[in-house]
Amino acid sequence: MRRISGERATRPCLRVPSARRGDEGLHQGDEASQKMSKQQPTQFINPETPGYVGFANLPNQVHRKSVKKGFEFTLMVVGESGLGKSTLINSLFLTDLYPERVIPGAAEKIERTVQIEASTVEIEERGVKLRLTVVDTPGYGDAINCRDCFKTIISYIDEQFERYLHDESGLNRRHIIDNRVHCCFYFISPFGHGLKPLDVAFMKAIHNKVNIVPVIAKADTLTLKERERLKKRILDEIEEHNIKIYHLPDAESDEDEDFKEQTRLLKASIPFSVVGSNQLIEAKGKKVRGRLYPWGVVEVENPEHNDFLKLRTMLITHMQDLQEVTQDLHYENFRSERLKRGGRKVENEDVNKDQILLEKEAELRRMQEMIARMQAQMQMQMQTGDGDGGALGHHV
Amino acid sequence: MDPLRRSPSPCLSSRPSSPSTPPCEMRGPVGIEAVLDQLKIKAMKMGFEFNIMVVGQSGLGKSTMVNTLFKVWKSNPPDLGVPPPQTLQLHSVTHVIEEKGVKLKLTVTDTPGFGDQINNDNCWDPILGYINEQYEQYLQEELLITRQRHIPDTRVHCCVYFVPPTGHCLRPLDIEFLQRLCRTVNVVPVIARADSLTMEEREAFRRRIQHNLRTHCINVYPQMCFDEDTNDRILNSKLRDRIPFAVVGADQEHLVNGRCVLGRKTKWGIIEVENMAHCEFPLLRDLLIRSHLQDLKDITHNVHYENYRVIRLNESHLLPRGPGWVNLAPASPGQLTIPRPFKVCRGAHDDSDDEF
Repeated sequence: MRRISGERATRPCLRVPSARRGDEGLHQGDEASQKMSKQQPTQFINPETPGYVGFANLPNQVHRKSVKKGFEFTLMVVGESGLGKSTLINSLFLTDLYPERVIPGAAEKIERTVQIEASTVEIEERGVKLRLTVVDTPGYGDAINCRDCFKTIISYIDEQFERYLHDESGLNRRHIIDNRVHCCFYFISPFGHGLKPLDVAFMKAIHNKVNIVPVIAKADTLTLKERERLKKRILDEIEEHNIKIYHLPDAESDEDEDFKEQTRLLKASIPFSVVGSNQLIEAKGKKVRGRLYPWGVVEVENPEHNDFLKLRTMLITHMQDLQEVTQDLHYENFRSERLKRGGRKVENEDVNKDQILLEKEAELRRMQEMIARMQAQMQMQMQTGDGDGGALGHHV
Repeated sequence: MDPLRRSPSPCLSSRPSSPSTPPCEMRGPVGIEAVLDQLKIKAMKMGFEFNIMVVGQSGLGKSTMVNTLFKVWKSNPPDLGVPPPQTLQLHSVTHVIEEKGVKLKLTVTDTPGFGDQINNDNCWDPILGYINEQYEQYLQEELLITRQRHIPDTRVHCCVYFVPPTGHCLRPLDIEFLQRLCRTVNVVPVIARADSLTMEEREAFRRRIQHNLRTHCINVYPQMCFDEDTNDRILNSKLRDRIPFAVVGADQEHLVNGRCVLGRKTKWGIIEVENMAHCEFPLLRDLLIRSHLQDLKDITHNVHYENYRVIRLNESHLLPRGPGWVNLAPASPGQLTIPRPFKVCRGAHDDSDDEF
């Protein structure tokens, strides 16, 4: 189904059963199967039950195939330097994605422009493989003049879409690697009073290309009241500037109550205020991941201290949904735009206009020079003509 | 040590005592030490002036810090509902505070909108312009034929620069700003909102900032070249080792162990602002108020203001022509925002030493 606008219709999709839920019937127009799935879930196990065909086993087959195939997910992290992006990624996936990281000095920061660094890691848990790519954007927001800092990022996102489009239109479509950016964590500084002008400009530039999840970084610097106030300010500003962030899909009516409650809590906590750490600290007799201060210990996995667990839950339970929205909404938008342009190379309109103006000016100058030359020639002819005329007595 | 050197009034000239005059032997008490009491009485009558400027991005706790320092609760409640302005504005508020009979006229200049835009090129120009404007006003008053007895001093004595606690190093904006400003005014950098850094992170960040300051030749207060004797040097070296201070500001009181302290209350503990184990706010307060306030004013008057005066007088080609001659060409606003290197001030300082 193609959707250009931001509306998302409910999807009659094949849902891959996640670890959270047990067997779920395949949604089909077939009334009999629906009735059977709702009323008698236990009868599938017994193949000798009359009326049992056996296609209720399909989800298991899909599950097995996708587990064999593995999942791919690309996550982009954007934010000013020093907001704890790398620490948070390491905490989320319990790995060290940046083992040889060297923080650049101040002199190097002055000369640097925004760069894109993608690191891929394969994580396996209970037989399920995940190929996770994290795209980092060092240099964002560092310069004194940040006007151009998101051009690199936008061209990277477009490049990934372009590559996928090219692969999809190719002859051999068996092994398309999906490197499109499925989700972008945008880190908002907790020290401001809301969104900065740079935050607003960047989010408006990419909200039609990628799912944005706003995250408040270094949340341990805020008291509870300050945190609530900041979240509210950010949500108000997002609405004010019509920025489209990623919205969690509502839990469907046949889900269990716990899941509905969980989804409701997640939705109420956006933007998530997180603290990242991979250091183990001793607190209240047990070892927890946290940050040790002279006045107390901030626990990363304590829901009263910060929203780290909520962010992780959201990412994991909605990974599939993020990929779907990227495929159905953002990629389709990009594809239709590209195909409408008829496959021409992307032209930068501003550069074109300037070039046209310059060309026109040059032409004008040439014409003016030509006219001046012609005038001079005519004058000379007239003068020599006069001289002759005088000699011949024309102007008597 | 010449007692006049430490006088509270900026009008008195503060030339160091000449080393060539030998101290003479006293045969009995004369009563010279009573001069100190007279100075004190005069100073208390006149009151003190102190002008401080706070610079930093919005949300770093500048207004809260000023409130915590001077315990001025009524003014400037940190207005969190207002978005930062589109261009840099300068906003001065004056208070008169009194403690044990000593009056202090405190002027705080805030700079909302600094460094908040997407394009922050030249965002330091309005600030430099303001500082130079204050010097100009003082200069004009000083050059009048009939001068006032006490020239009102609106010159900025100290500029507190708030560095965001990224934990990495100074940003390009910080470096550009500090380079330009440390030549015109006393700059004290502080690490703002330091409750987001653990102790190890704080130390590492501080070392990196000190390294950055050295690499880019940024000379912050207390400047090493103005240490007068070994005592000063020892005291100031201890301070220089701890600059920039990692501070936390708070204007709410909480009950801790039966005492009422200023602090921030979180789910995992209470951050006490005046506890040295938690943050270095007491060091900043002592530097600005309890120990170095007069020194800040002296250096502003003797060094920064003199630099400005020399530049201006040279530009107007004003050579002393005789008593009462004043013909100062009006300053064009663009000229003086270009700061001269520190060599000028060291030269002036050396000259005065050589003369005496």
